[in-house]
Amino acid sequence: MLKTIVMKKDIILCGVGGQGILSIATIIGEAATKANLHLKQAEVHGMSQRGGDVQSNLRLSTSPIYSDLISQGKADLIISMEPMESLRYLPYLSETGTIVTSSKPFVNIPNYPDEAALMAELEDKPSVVKMDIEAIAQELKTPKAANMVLLGMAAPYIDILSVKQLRDAIGVVFARRGESVVEADLKAFDKGLEASKQ
Amino acid sequence: MEKRLLLGDEAIALGAIHAGLSGVYAYPGTPSTEITEFIQKDAEARNRGIHSRWCTNEKTAMEAALGMSYAGKRALVCMKHVGMNVCADAFVNSAITGVNGGLIVLAADDPSMHSSQNEQDSRFYAKFAMTPVFEPSNQQEAYDMIAKAFDLSETLKTPVMMRIVTRLAHSRAAVEVGKSIQEKPLRPAQESWVLLPGIARRKYIDLLDKQRLLTDAAETSAFNKTEKTAGSKLGIIACGIAYNYVKEVLGDNANILKISQYPLPIAKIKQLAKENDAVMIIEDGQPVVEEQVAGILGAGYPIKGRLTGDLPRTGELTPDNVAQALGHPTPPSFQPAKNMAARPPQLCQGCGHRDVYTALNQVLAEYPDYRIFGDIGCYTLGALPPFKALASCVDMGASITMAKGAADAGLFPSVAIIGDSTFTHSGMTGLLDAVNDNANITVVISDNLTTGMTGGQDSAGTNKYEAICIGLGVAPEHVRVVVPLPKNMPEITRILKEEIEYNGVSVIIPRRECMQTLQRHLREKKAAQNNNA
Repeated sequence: MLKTIVMKKDIILCGVGGQGILSIATIIGEAATKANLHLKQAEVHGMSQRGGDVQSNLRLSTSPIYSDLISQGKADLIISMEPMESLRYLPYLSETGTIVTSSKPFVNIPNYPDEAALMAELEDKPSVVKMDIEAIAQELKTPKAANMVLLGMAAPYIDILSVKQLRDAIGVVFARRGESVVEADLKAFDKGLEASKQ
Repeated sequence: MEKRLLLGDEAIALGAIHAGLSGVYAYPGTPSTEITEFIQKDAEARNRGIHSRWCTNEKTAMEAALGMSYAGKRALVCMKHVGMNVCADAFVNSAITGVNGGLIVLAADDPSMHSSQNEQDSRFYAKFAMTPVFEPSNQQEAYDMIAKAFDLSETLKTPVMMRIVTRLAHSRAAVEVGKSIQEKPLRPAQESWVLLPGIARRKYIDLLDKQRLLTDAAETSAFNKTEKTAGSKLGIIACGIAYNYVKEVLGDNANILKISQYPLPIAKIKQLAKENDAVMIIEDGQPVVEEQVAGILGAGYPIKGRLTGDLPRTGELTPDNVAQALGHPTPPSFQPAKNMAARPPQLCQGCGHRDVYTALNQVLAEYPDYRIFGDIGCYTLGALPPFKALASCVDMGASITMAKGAADAGLFPSVAIIGDSTFTHSGMTGLLDAVNDNANITVVISDNLTTGMTGGQDSAGTNKYEAICIGLGVAPEHVRVVVPLPKNMPEITRILKEEIEYNGVSVIIPRRECMQTLQRHLREKKAAQNNNA
């Protein structure tokens, strides 16, 4: 009997309510479904979507998945729209896991930590990719596509899916918003991917 | 078989549509809202004309669904757990009348209180009313169970509760879905549902007689399955979603009795106890099963669970606290970050509730002993900085009646703030009490033309608030409407001051559309223009 190798990817997507993390989750979910992977995606709905901290647990695997939630120390990847939020879920990150995050603080609370100390703590982690995704999206003249820049940055680490599978999913998910939106999102994704490889 | 990626809530909605549903009755409430929303948008449901309009509250929803069942058709009632408190009268008595067309009462519990005031466990209500409960462990089971639950409801003429928790409601997975069956024909119940004492006593005995059949159904249910291993002498009772966490931690190396259909299968529980040295009960919510199992197995048998401290007494289950209870070590990871601050939710920028609180705080600062009694909705966030305006938030509608009680005690100024949807849900009757007592209160109905906190559903009283207040007896000259915008602050504060000084019931209605629905309406308008171009 052939022994199949189980591949899995446990991802925590996080940010501040309204930043568009659910769109990232939807795209990865669409790509994973097309690729016939098993998938569970726990979302946050309700009150915290109003400018509070939000996260989604996204689990992909070649074998069946039981828990909707990721266990502590088991996440392969934290993808965050905001630097402080990327650190909120540290106890869930595996010691060999990676953080992919926006480097630009979103300050909507009076006691936001000191930015230099925050960045130092972030850089102290073994595997971190951070960039000012909003600046990149601005440069491309598509400020609303910052989340797609982030997804592009994370793509090399979501290696259970190919870049092509993720790009195709962007096309499917945003199809109803029109061709120009899909094009802008793909451009943002590619820019993020390119920057991440450098 | 078609596969679809569905939230737990959506799997339930689609399961119901496919099981011949004729009507869903609900008031929005996290985490149950998406069930009704799915049915409202589903093409087949629209074609079939399945009733799906929002109800004014959970009690009207429960009663309308019972009426549809009386007429012979399949009905679904959906609510968050605290909605069970609102519809309890109708729910408990529906077990006594029994049902005709299948009737499912879906209660979505919120352990850890992600968006709630408490973490009450709806299974207590089912035990109290003596109705069966289905508790799915995953999205597929949620879809499959709906049809079985309708069948059981019709066979044994009982309402059936389906109980889910936030993590299932709001988690997506692939679900294999089937085809629709025919809706039931109109065939009103032939027996009497008049619960006069003589009839109610007879029907109550019928309900007690059904319990043995319901237990038999649970004993043989495919949803209550057993898994065995030779390597352990610990029996695990895993209820609903708890099964997933046990499997995540132990895989196939466990003695599990999975329970997803109640009343409890007593014989199966005794068998598990006999084959093992101890039993651990893992259930999300309150220790409903643990208490019963203690009675079933007797004082001498070792059981573990939330009451014994093996699992936390409060909060939702996680793979981590289940692993700890089962003695499995947590893998090494990072310490919590040092540079971290809480980020609570807040009112949207530009939200009209903000202007209402700015005005209230400004006017009331002149009075030494004022209190503002709050209510349930986005505007509860007025309790947090920068406003810190609220003295209380208890249950739907309590702002008005608590303000009245405090005014009766002599508190002045006694102010209530309530949203438009919450006012029609449970505020109107309290306002009538206040009018009948000529209570010295000021009621602010902050009207954003929607049910905002749950995502912008239609609000039952839109365009009717002045008429409702006047109809309940508030003097027309003391029903005042303002537009909550910073530029109107002088007018708003003047009117507030006048009405606080008026000795009697006054109602101020600040009215401006919710920012979330406004943006959605603008997007829809733009899309419509693009389509026409």
